[in-house]
This record gives sequence, C-alpha cells and structure tokens, in this order.
Amino acid sequence: MANPKYEFIQGNLACAKGAAYAGCKFFGGYPITPSTEIAEFMSEYLPQHGGKFIQMEDEIASIGSIIGASLTGAKAMTATSGPGFSLMQELLGYACIAEVPIVVVDVMRGGPSTGLPTSPAQSDILQAKWGTHGDHPSITIVPNSVEEMFTETVRAFNLAEFFRTPVIILGDEIIGHMREKIRIPEPGELEVINRSLPNNDGVCKTPYASDLNKPVCLPNFGKSRIHVTGLNHDDTGFPTMDPKIVARENERISMKIYHQRNLIDKFEALHCDDAKVLFLAIGSAARAAEEVVNVLRERGVKAGLFRPITLWPFPKDEFAKYAANADYIVVPEMNLGQLKTVAERFTKRTKIIPINLVNGEPLGPDTIISAVNHLNI
Amino acid sequence: MGKREFQETKYEGEKCVLTVRPALCKGCEVCIEFCPKKVLSLERKQQVVVADHIENCIACGMCELRCPDFAIYIEKK
Amino acid sequence: MFDYSQYLRNEKLPHIWCPGCGHGIVLKSLIRAVAKAGWNKDEIVLVSGIGCASRLPGYVDFNTLHTAHGRALAFATGIKLAKPEMHVIVVSGDGDSLAIGGNHFIHACRRNIDITLICFNNGIYGMTGGQYSPTTASGDKTATSPFGNVEPHFNVAELAKGAGATFVARGTSYGVPQLDNYIYQGLMHKGFSVIEAAEACFTTHGRKNRKKYGPSNLDMLKWQRDHAVSVEKAAGMSEEELQDKIITGVLHNVEKPEFTEQYQKLIDSFGGGAK
Repeated sequence: MANPKYEFIQGNLACAKGAAYAGCKFFGGYPITPSTEIAEFMSEYLPQHGGKFIQMEDEIASIGSIIGASLTGAKAMTATSGPGFSLMQELLGYACIAEVPIVVVDVMRGGPSTGLPTSPAQSDILQAKWGTHGDHPSITIVPNSVEEMFTETVRAFNLAEFFRTPVIILGDEIIGHMREKIRIPEPGELEVINRSLPNNDGVCKTPYASDLNKPVCLPNFGKSRIHVTGLNHDDTGFPTMDPKIVARENERISMKIYHQRNLIDKFEALHCDDAKVLFLAIGSAARAAEEVVNVLRERGVKAGLFRPITLWPFPKDEFAKYAANADYIVVPEMNLGQLKTVAERFTKRTKIIPINLVNGEPLGPDTIISAVNHLNI
Repeated sequence: MGKREFQETKYEGEKCVLTVRPALCKGCEVCIEFCPKKVLSLERKQQVVVADHIENCIACGMCELRCPDFAIYIEKK
Repeated sequence: MFDYSQYLRNEKLPHIWCPGCGHGIVLKSLIRAVAKAGWNKDEIVLVSGIGCASRLPGYVDFNTLHTAHGRALAFATGIKLAKPEMHVIVVSGDGDSLAIGGNHFIHACRRNIDITLICFNNGIYGMTGGQYSPTTASGDKTATSPFGNVEPHFNVAELAKGAGATFVARGTSYGVPQLDNYIYQGLMHKGFSVIEAAEACFTTHGRKNRKKYGPSNLDMLKWQRDHAVSVEKAAGMSEEELQDKIITGVLHNVEKPEFTEQYQKLIDSFGGGAK
C-alpha cells in the first residue's frame, strides 16, 4: 500500500468517517452530548460530497427523516445518546417492520434521564435490544476503540443494507470522545455493500415477498410506486390482519437476522480456550478487562476475555462453550448488571462475578483487579 | 393500478349519461340532498342511490363532485 | 366528468371512511388538483401519519408512506431533502398534525420546505372513537369532554403563518371547487403550503352535538355551508360576528427562499459537491 494514511482522531469523528466511507449520503440528527461531534462532522462533510445533512427539531424527527431519506435510496444515519435514543424507540420499530435500512448511533452516557451527560455508562444495552415495543430484530454493534468506531460503522451500514433493518451502534462517552491514532482504510479496502434492488426496479407487485434466508428486495420510491406502512402488512405491502400472514411476517421480520447470523456474528476471544477466569465485557469496559487478563496471565492465572463486538444477536454458543469450562465468569460493566443477565442465561453452574460501576467514572483495571483479588484463583 | 370492475347502473339523461356503482355507494345521501334537480333518491332496501328522475338531470355534476365514494359520475353528451 | 381510476388503487375500494365522511370528498379534490398539476405519478410521494385521514395513501397510486402518529412531516422532510425532484404531499388529520405532530408542523413551516400539507380538520380524533383534538370547538361534547370541551382551539392558518409557512389556505368539504383550487395552488407553490380542509365527522362528533350541528351528516355539511365566510367578506365583519365562522380562501401567499433550494446552493458552492 502506498503511504498509509494515519489520523489521530476522536472516536465520534472516526464513526462519522466510517459512515462516509460506507457511502452514507444522509444524516438527520439533533445535538446531544456526547455524540454531537458526529453531527458536526456530517454537517461539514456531506454537502461537499453530494450528500445532505439536516438538524431536525427533535430526535423523533431525526429518525423519521432518515427513514424517509432511506426510502428514496440514500444510505442514512443518525447519532444520539440515551435521552434521544429513548425518543427514537417507536420509529426504530417502524424501520424494523417496514424493513428500512438505517444506522442509529447511541453514544451512551450516565442515565437514566438527564443523568451524567459528560460521563460514560453502558446502561442502554438492553434498551438497544428491547427498547421499542413488540417483537422485532435487533442488530447492535459495540465498538471499543477509535478504529472500531470507523470499521464497525462501515459494517453497520453493510448489515443494515443487506438485512433491510436498523443497525444500532453503541458507543460510550469514552469511546466517543477519546482520541487514538488509526489507519484510514484505502477506498475499496473494506467491503461496502449496497442494497439489492429488484432487477427491473419497475412495477413490483410484491415488494415484501421474501423467504427467510433472503432479505426483502424493496425498490426505492420511484417507478414502482410501492406502499410502505407501519401496520402489519402482506407481501404487497398493504395492511393485513390475516392471522396466518401476520404470524408468518412477524416471525420472518424478527428471525431474518438469525437465518444468516454468520454474516452478523463478530466477537473477540482473548485467551479463552483454557480460561478458568473468563471475563465477559464489551466496549470501554472490555479494554480494562483486557488489561486485567494480561496481568492475571502474568501471575499464572488462566484468565481470558470474551468480547462480543456484535452484541445483539448475542454470540451465545461461543460464549457458552468457553463459559462451560471456566470456574468464574467475571462481568465488569458500567451499569447494575445488564450484561450479567445475559451471561446468566447461557451458563449452567459457573459462578458469575458481577462488577458494576455506576458512579459515572470510567471502569478501570484497578476496579476489576480489586474485585477479583479475593477469588481463590 | 389494478382495475377492479364495479358493476355499474347507467341512466340515460338528456344532457348526460349518469352512472351509479352500487358496490361503492354507502347510502350517505349527500348526492341526493345537494342535487339541484331532485334527480336522485335512496332505494330503501339496498340503501343505494338511484336516479328515478333522470329526465330532470342538467348534468351539473354536483353529485359526482360531492360523492365521497366514487359511486356516482356523469358523462356529458 | 373526471376519470379517477388512473390515480387510484381501484382494487382497494370501497375505502374505509364512514358514509358521507368528508375525507372521501377531500381525497377526490386532491386527485383533481394533482391531475391539474399534471405530475408524473412516479415522482409523487404521499405521506401520512395515523388516523382516519392517514389511511388515504392506501387508495392512491403514488409512492405512498403511512408513517407513525404525528410523524408524517418528519419523514416527508427526509424524503424531500434527500430527493428534491420528488413532489411530496402530506395528508394528516388535525390531531395527527397539530397535537402529537405539532412540533414537526411548526418546524416544517419555519423551514419553508417545498411540501404541501393537507390538514384534514374535522376537529376530532375519529379513528379512536371521537376524543377532542386541538381544533375541537370549545363547548363541544366528545368522548373525552363529556361535559363540553373546556379547551380553546388552534387557528390552524394563523399557527402556520406565524411559524413561517408561505402559502396558507382554508377550504371546506362543502365548498369543493374552491378546495380543488386551494390544493392546486398549494401544490404549485414553491415553499411550505398548508391547506386546511375543514370537514365534519358525524359518526363520532356530530352525533354528540346534534343541537349545534343538526341531526345528520347532511346537516353538518349544511352547517359548513352556512358558517363559511370568504376571507374577503370576513374582512368587513367584527370579531364577534366571526365567532364560529370558517374563514375560507387563500389566507397567506408569499415567496420566500425554499429550504431544499437553499441547501442545493450550499452544495453548488463547493463545485457541485459530486466529488
């Protein structure tokens, strides 16, 4: 590669650049700490690259505008934090049932409510899966570095466009605001997927026809003059209350991501094969856990870190495999035990050690070390 | 888009042909009330509009204009 | 006289609205205005929120989008900005556009984005069985104001004008030819157009207020006829006389920079921005 391009940039900026790399052409958002830098970059970048930026009147309008833009064919994105993410829930469900690809970034901060606007937290992770009402799919990605804020945003767009569903990126105030040196991938280096359109893009009688292992091939607004609604609908896109169709479509829309989850799954397993003390951690907490794993390994303790990068759907099989032969599963997180509830589901008898930091401070290695020191490991 | 044929009842007037599509008529009587020449009335059993005085029709089109349901229209001669 | 079938999804008829409901009348008015505008159906996106009026998109043969309650204008803004060459029309009830959708209403007016909003104002939440809305007349009985509505109501036109809409008109489901004209002017206007179609819902509203509006749906239409006053005539009438009148006509019509054009100028300033 010619002279590689390095930049020393902030996580939020890397996320925005990743979106640009993926071909994002529309950003609709609303200012909120700690994610506003993403909007600021987009307001400068997009009009200079054939894209559109708009600051809407609130977060509901923000996600509404990007669903509209996506329906015209544009790759579209918004970014927010806890309070805005809560406002966006209803329309996240709309994008799920109408099968409209969008990317929603939630840079998590102390919650609930106004909470700690400038402090990190990881307390929105279950909301990312079940925040909106009704059964629905959730693809949620949790980067834990500035580099992953870039590369995982590209992946988020690819998954959204391929599966025709919203993809959520959960950063946190640390990952969003810290700076790291990263190499900017060359154009073409990372795969960029564009949505598949019906070949004729013309009149399409059944835009929502799909079998489970092939996502819908919805045409963009234009010649096909389709109908899109948040009501349960059949293959033609029009509302239906036929129990058979409603059940089939509800299952298809929720399960479509599971039928090709190999395209979605992504995790990091550090020293997990023989790990007796298995850490389960995501995002910035996983950085601290990694440090502790190295420290414990030097002390001769068989420690390992299992870090889901795709949090939802949770990589349960791989986690269960490693958890089975661990004596302890340590779950450090900046909330009162949300990831722990997931760990509990997939471990039979292994002892789970929760480490819950909810004081607004970053969860550092020392907090973890002091919590595991007393274990007879 | 899809052309679903609705059964039509035609009435031959002096100035126009008036057509009623019973399947679309909900018997709201708006056309009957506002027809300036009292051409129309409600057929009790079916609760559907009929033009029993087509001879008075002046093809003003008020019925088509006011019908909320695409159930009545005229074709001027 | 007019062939609606080329604009309709005929297989979806008859529509769900009650016998004599104004929504069907305004739908036909909209279709005639679109026909007069001569727009290509492939370039029209018709967006709605939730409620009786918001079922309209299902019946027309355009690109149609039935969004969530109150959010039609937010979706429509995204569509219009992403693809300005599309003709974007929003149909929305009084509750949908002015209660839950109020914030998007005033900001769409402020931006003066080239979208035409037709507000189906029947002064009631019909779909949910007749609760009062921001435009229900004070004193009217509804499912949630059984003792008479104690709240004052919006003047939709003044709200739109005050928020920045550059074309505002009001018609009624009785004065159909005039309504056709106001909708047509709104479609042709470059900027945010608000056309309020004052209508009547007998099923959930009229029936509870027969003393005021009369014993039947037909009487509600006549009530509109008898209470509609042209803006020209209203100019000579006192506040007191105009108390329960519906002032019809083009109430505001100015030219101001249109949002997507202003944004395009920004893009063009970078040399087309197609880098």
